[in-house]
Amino acid sequence: MILIGERVNAGFKDIKEAIINKDGDVIKEWARKQTGAGATYIDVNLGTASNKPEDLCWMIEMVQEEVDTPISIDNNRSLMLKEAMPVCKKPPLVNSTTAVDEKMNELFPIVAEHGASIIGLVMDEAGSPKDADKRVENAGKIIEKAMEFGLSPEQIFLDPIIMPLKFMQEQATEILKATNQFQLFSDPPCHIVCGLSNISNGTKYKKLLNRTFLTMLIANGCDAAILDVMDNDLVDAVLTAEMVMNKQIYADSYLEAFRKSR
Amino acid sequence: MEIPDVKEKWTSKINTVTLGATKEDGGTRGKTVTVGGATTLPFMTSEGEMPNKPVIAGFVSDTAPDWPEVIKEAIGKEINSPAEWAQKCVSEYGVDLISMKMIGADPAGKDASPAECAKAVEEVLKAVDVPLIIWGCGDDEKDNSVLPECSQAAKGENCLIGSAKETNYMTIVAICNADKHKIISEAPVDINIAKQVNILLQDADFDSNDVVMFQTTAALGYGFDYVYTIIERCRTAGLKGDNLMTSPQICDIAGETYRVKEAVADDDILPGWGKLARRGPMWEAACAEGYLQAGADILIMAHPDAVKSIQNTISKLM
Repeated sequence: MILIGERVNAGFKDIKEAIINKDGDVIKEWARKQTGAGATYIDVNLGTASNKPEDLCWMIEMVQEEVDTPISIDNNRSLMLKEAMPVCKKPPLVNSTTAVDEKMNELFPIVAEHGASIIGLVMDEAGSPKDADKRVENAGKIIEKAMEFGLSPEQIFLDPIIMPLKFMQEQATEILKATNQFQLFSDPPCHIVCGLSNISNGTKYKKLLNRTFLTMLIANGCDAAILDVMDNDLVDAVLTAEMVMNKQIYADSYLEAFRKSR
Repeated sequence: MEIPDVKEKWTSKINTVTLGATKEDGGTRGKTVTVGGATTLPFMTSEGEMPNKPVIAGFVSDTAPDWPEVIKEAIGKEINSPAEWAQKCVSEYGVDLISMKMIGADPAGKDASPAECAKAVEEVLKAVDVPLIIWGCGDDEKDNSVLPECSQAAKGENCLIGSAKETNYMTIVAICNADKHKIISEAPVDINIAKQVNILLQDADFDSNDVVMFQTTAALGYGFDYVYTIIERCRTAGLKGDNLMTSPQICDIAGETYRVKEAVADDDILPGWGKLARRGPMWEAACAEGYLQAGADILIMAHPDAVKSIQNTISKLM
């Protein structure tokens, strides 16, 4: 499972202040903590703290000074990406494009040039899809376009777009249906990623909902998530779900082994 | 029309394990042996690299094994002396290293003392300059006293010590850390236990890069396919990135082959099967051929004809 640590995000107050004050220690600490907890990528998001490429580059450099975990650049502006991509020591994951031609034409060449990967949100000009069919249709557009630019399935992370359960309860099953169908596009399949915390937006039992929904997504082929990697119960549920899906060889101490390997 | 690329893309590699310590490394071996390092399934060099060839370890025991006379005769009188037997394996058969089993220590047999076993180890180390694999007798309680003494007798020689199981791994880790040896992790034809033993070794702070996996071994016709499948699955899991399954693997071909009727029964009992003098080594070689394809990195073998046949196979495939 590809775990994308969500915490280096200016949506969090400490990170926003760190960017404004150029306090690298805060960013380094979260890079270290998330890597220690099992993050495969560190998502780096500038949010509203700044719109300058050099600030994004600075954040990436701070993470890379502390850990060698690859970066997920949470930005979809080609101007920013052109500056930020060369700073990354390992091929990054770009977060993200939509299924809009103009956007894909703009971002895919940059991704291809750097041997990077990219998250494709299955939404188009009409906005977020309401059902599974529309999600699959948009996913098809993304894959077709990615192939035109020579990207392989392994470089594409399809995101079915998670909606808050509390406000759009009927969407959850549509998302699971779509996720399941995403697997059929190619062999080997694309990655399937989700921005997990959306599901529990505004709810009382956020953590329970997060881990319940993620295990259901995994059962439908999801193999990557942007999540709170510091939530041990959530990561345990991921590891267990992967075992159930026969993705890993079972051993009694599989949880301990995962923690020890960090 | 473009032909699709159907090559497997593996993301990880099998660990590289070097056995034996030369003078510069604090030992007395004249050469070292390196196994592992593959980035592909066995001999699929179109999909990846196989930098080190599989090796043959000559089977030697402290006491002559209970094998059919005709098989023992093929080896010669040296079978009664571990040092002479090891020498013959190296100089005549050209094996890469020696695997020494303390059959004589078995409490149900000769019940040799740990000191006697350690002495045999010392003699073999003097007689040959290749790396050494040291096994107990298979009785856990006895091995707990035999292996520490044998390990100490070979201190600093970077031997491979067998074997660590769920029940005894702490002892094996302690002696291997103290005497600078590497470990064989053993599981009874069980991939889940294999992984668990590797986790336990890692938990005990033993470096995973110093481990060779042993799924026991089944002779041809006696569960061979089970072990073959597990060795293959271990290799595939390792190549896919499961870093607890990336250890090279060892098979005890000789030790298992000369226990099954096809390789021990003489001509009169089974007419039409051909002479045992030929059938025995054929059974051993066929078994080894299979495990080579599964992904074995070290094959423990005994009969000179079988050894020759597998050496030939390896050189053809590499």
